[in-house]
This record gives sequence, C-alpha cells and structure tokens, in this order.
Amino acid sequence: MTALQKIGHYLVIFLKYLSLVFFSFVAVLPVISCVITAFKSDTEYQNTNVMTMPVSWANPDNFLQAFDRANMGRAFINSTIILVTVLVVSVLVGTSLAYVLNRFQFPGNGLIRNLFLFATLLPGVAMQVAVYEIMTALHFINSLPGYIIMMCGTDVIAIYIYIQFFENISVSLDESAIIDGASYFTIYYRILLPLLKPAIVTACILKGVGTYNEYYCANLYLQNKKLLPTVATSLYTFVGPLGSKYNLICAGVIISLLPALIVFILFQKQIYSGMTAGSVKG
Amino acid sequence: MVAQANTAGNKKGFLQWAKSRKGQQVIIIVAFMIIPLALLFTFTYLPFGEMVGYSFHNMKYVGKRTFVGWKNYASVFSRKDCFGALKLSLYYMGGSIVQLALALYLATILSFKVKGGNIFKGFMFFPYLINGIAIGFIFKFFYTRGFVFDTVLQWCGFQLENLPYWLRDQRINNISLVGTSVWRYFGQNMVLFIGAIMSVDSELYEAAMLDGANKFEQFRYIILPSIKTIVTLNVILSITGSLSAFEPPYVITSGANGTGTYFVVMNEIAHTQQKVGLASAMAVVLLLIIFAATILQKLFFKYAFRNAEDEDFGAAKRRDKQLAKYAARKAGR
Repeated sequence: MTALQKIGHYLVIFLKYLSLVFFSFVAVLPVISCVITAFKSDTEYQNTNVMTMPVSWANPDNFLQAFDRANMGRAFINSTIILVTVLVVSVLVGTSLAYVLNRFQFPGNGLIRNLFLFATLLPGVAMQVAVYEIMTALHFINSLPGYIIMMCGTDVIAIYIYIQFFENISVSLDESAIIDGASYFTIYYRILLPLLKPAIVTACILKGVGTYNEYYCANLYLQNKKLLPTVATSLYTFVGPLGSKYNLICAGVIISLLPALIVFILFQKQIYSGMTAGSVKG
Repeated sequence: MVAQANTAGNKKGFLQWAKSRKGQQVIIIVAFMIIPLALLFTFTYLPFGEMVGYSFHNMKYVGKRTFVGWKNYASVFSRKDCFGALKLSLYYMGGSIVQLALALYLATILSFKVKGGNIFKGFMFFPYLINGIAIGFIFKFFYTRGFVFDTVLQWCGFQLENLPYWLRDQRINNISLVGTSVWRYFGQNMVLFIGAIMSVDSELYEAAMLDGANKFEQFRYIILPSIKTIVTLNVILSITGSLSAFEPPYVITSGANGTGTYFVVMNEIAHTQQKVGLASAMAVVLLLIIFAATILQKLFFKYAFRNAEDEDFGAAKRRDKQLAKYAARKAGR
C-alpha cells in the first residue's frame, strides 16, 4: 500500500464514522435537550440556557407534576386496555383471515385480497371526515370499546405477514391432520396458530407501536379528556395555559416515550425484522 | 305431513352437508371472514361511499343537508386555501428525496463492518417510535427562538441576530417542518434498506472481493441492484405521502403562517368549521390525484425498468424470492 492509498483508506474510515456520529447526534439531540430541561426547576429553566445542564439530575418534581396534571395514571390504564384488546382481537382476526385466504381456493378470494390492498391507498385522515359520522351513528364517540373496535379495523400489513408465513408452512401438515379427523378450526387453532408465533410477534410489535402512538383518532373520538385520555392525547393538556412551561412539558414527553424506549431496548431485533418483513410485501 | 317430512329431510341434508368436508370448508370460510370483512366495510368502504355522497351536499354533521351538485368541487379549485395548499407538498417531496438518499447512504455504511453499528442504528431509528404529539412538543421547543437549535448553531459560530424564526418566518418554516419529518423517518428507511442489503448472498461480496472490486463498485453492482425494488417502492410511497402530508404542521404549527398543507386545511374545514361537504370534496379530489399518481408511477417504473427486467428477468425473480424468504426467515426468528 502506498502512503497515498493509506491516507485515502483512513480518510474513508474517518468520514464513515464522522457521518455516523453526526447523524446519530442529530437524531438524539432533540430528545436529549428535552431530558435536560425536564430536570430543571422553574427558576432554573427561566434563568439558564436550554442546553445548560441541570443542577440536579435527581429532581423528580416535573415528572410528578406532569404525571399528575396530565392525568397520566388514567392515561396509562386506558392505553393498556386499548393496547391489549386491540392486539388480541387483531391477532385472532388477522390470522384467521390469512388462514382462510391462504388455505382455501374459493371464488372471491382474489377479490377480497384486492379489497384489502386497495384500502391501504385511502389516507386515514381524509376518511375520518366520514368515519366520524358513522362513529356518531354507532354511539362510538366517547366510548372506549367503540374506539377499540375501530382500531381493530383491518391491518393489511399484518395480514400479508401472516399469509407469507402460511405459505412456508407445508399443506401436508393440514392434510395429515384431516386424515386424523381434525376439523378445520382445530387445524387452525391447535396446529397452525402455535407455528405462527414468530409472525405474530412481528405483527404485534408493528401494530402495538402504531396503537400506542395513535393520537388523531383518539383525539377525535375520545373527546372526554378527563376520563378517556390515552398516553398520546394526555399530552394535549399542555396545549394552552401551560404551553410555555417547557420543563413540565418535556417531563410529560419523556414519560410518554419511556414505554416505547423500553420495548425498543428489549425487542430491537424483532422490531427491525418486523419493519423489513412488513415492507417487502407491503 | 309431506311438507313436514320434507323440511325434516332438508334439515338432515343440511346437517349432513355441514358434517361433510365441503360443508365444513364453507362454514369456516364464512365464519373466519365475517368479522374482518364487516370491519373493512364499516370503517373503510362505507365511509368512502358516504364521503362521495357528502361531497355533493352543503351540510354539517348535524342539521339538514341540501344538495348542491358540483359546487363544492368548484370551491375546492377556486378557494385560495384549498388547492393552493397542494403546492406545499413540493417541500415534502424534496424532503423525502433527501431522506431516502440519506437513509441509503447510512444503510450502505452500516451494512459493512462498523464498530458500534448497532448503537448508531438504534439512535437513528428511535425517533420513529415516538408518538406524533410528543414530536410536536419536542420540535416546538427545539425551534423556539434562542432554544435548542439556535444554541447549537451559536456553538458553531452563528450570531443569533442572523438566524431566522424557524417556525414563523414564511421563507423557512416549511423547510423546518419537513426537517422534522426527515428526522422522524430516515432511521426507519435506513433499517429497511439495511434489511434488503443484508439479504444479498454474502458469497457475492466474497466473489467481488476476490475479483478486486472496490467499495464503490460493490455498491454499484451488488447492493444497488438488490435493493432496487424496495427503493422504487419507497419513492412511490414518498410521493403519495407528500401529497397527503399532515402530521408535522398539524402538531407543530397547527397550519399557521402558511404551513397549512392540504390535509391540515381539510381537517380544519371538516372539524372546526364543520363544512363537511366541502371537506369531503377536498378528500375525494386528493384521492383521485393519489390514484392517478400511483397509476402513472407504476407505468413509469414499468417503462423505465422494462429493458433491465427483460434482460435479467430470471435474476429479478430469484431475487424477489430471496427477499421473501429472507423476510420469512427473519420473522421466524
């Protein structure tokens, strides 16, 4: 290797790490600045620059106050109820639909797949103009079950993940079970559903993140913010009179993203593969 | 007597049919599809139909409705705040190009051996998991005069007096908002691209190394062809996504100071002004534009890739299979 080549080699490595460090910094800076501010007392917040480190890193006042003001205890309970129900229902509905679409050839099979695919083209925000009317007619406004039912609405990416997975499970498994006298429901429930577990984990992570973070419909349909806040909408408390108390707001923001952070640290691998699996066919 | 026997016979016939394989198939198909189809109908196709109906009426959510024909559609095109708002999507398209290029660049770096690669990946991906409202607050704070962004720029030697108001100055505020969207999604795109790059057989790299290919040649001849499909898909998605840009202005500026994109305006007209007919017409117009754009892009990419595909159709097929297998294997972990 000549000296010039050597310099070039190290330059490439330097640029490589420089861009990684730079963009990682860009990615975390807004969140870090929030963490810094969340630990500052009112006077400290008013008198220091936002990027000055707080006096104490163990000052929980803002977090406690934000948790209390934004009614976040209630919000976490609601969000948990929503999350668990939506995940259970959408897994059952999604896998059973994928089972039928993958294992049986019947007239309309292709049409139904296309109906689901076409639905992804309709942007959600635009549809809510009319969904609002339907939610009103069904008395689903300000109703947790109503919101949950709407959120269970079909998740095409999950269905495609399931179908793809079914394609890799040999049909001979079904056939031998049929010879043993198993019904189709038994085959689905006892044999295929357990095999589908990895795909279910992937789909649940995708759907779970979406559901936990959903705020547009929650804001629109769960208007009683006192009784029916979700973690995402509880942050709306800070719009208005509290709008400039950023030390409080930042604490609220940090609380709201903690669950996502924990899930991310625990399930990094599954989240990444979920993203990839969802995109290849989606 | 005869009739009774007949119904009994039918009943028996039905039971027998239900017990037969064919009958069981029909039953399970119907039973398993009724709920998802009901949900799909209630929350997608029924509102879609209703919306088309609303767009011909002058109406609020409550109260009486009058049929007005095409008048709402005429207003969509004549009102300044409606159709003109679509111009803003150009900013978002520009942003998504930057975002895709950045994601591709970082994905390429990270798909080679890098120390601490997983940590960098995690940092850059995490913004994707933050909820929209939190992002709204984070960036209101970030862009406030003299706060985070200004401070960092001052560290770099800029003077505060020379810096614009990031969210108020109409020359720059849309770019600030697009920046938040790039910030949120570039890491996610990067993860997608890494996934696609990793699906390439490692033997290919080894062969290329033996043949003396450099990093750039590896990118050009191995990586790029293998991720063409997913990049194309993301370009298509980004154009339709830009037309329906909504979140950044909705949560950060509420559409003030000339940042109201088409959907923000539509949302305001529907839920604050309660002009449901006009809002529906806006939604229908945009849906038509999105359909047209999707079809045009499909045709364009079909045309653009036609030669390459003809020449190497077999390879593409094999690659798609590999991608699918890869995803399944990954999901299987």
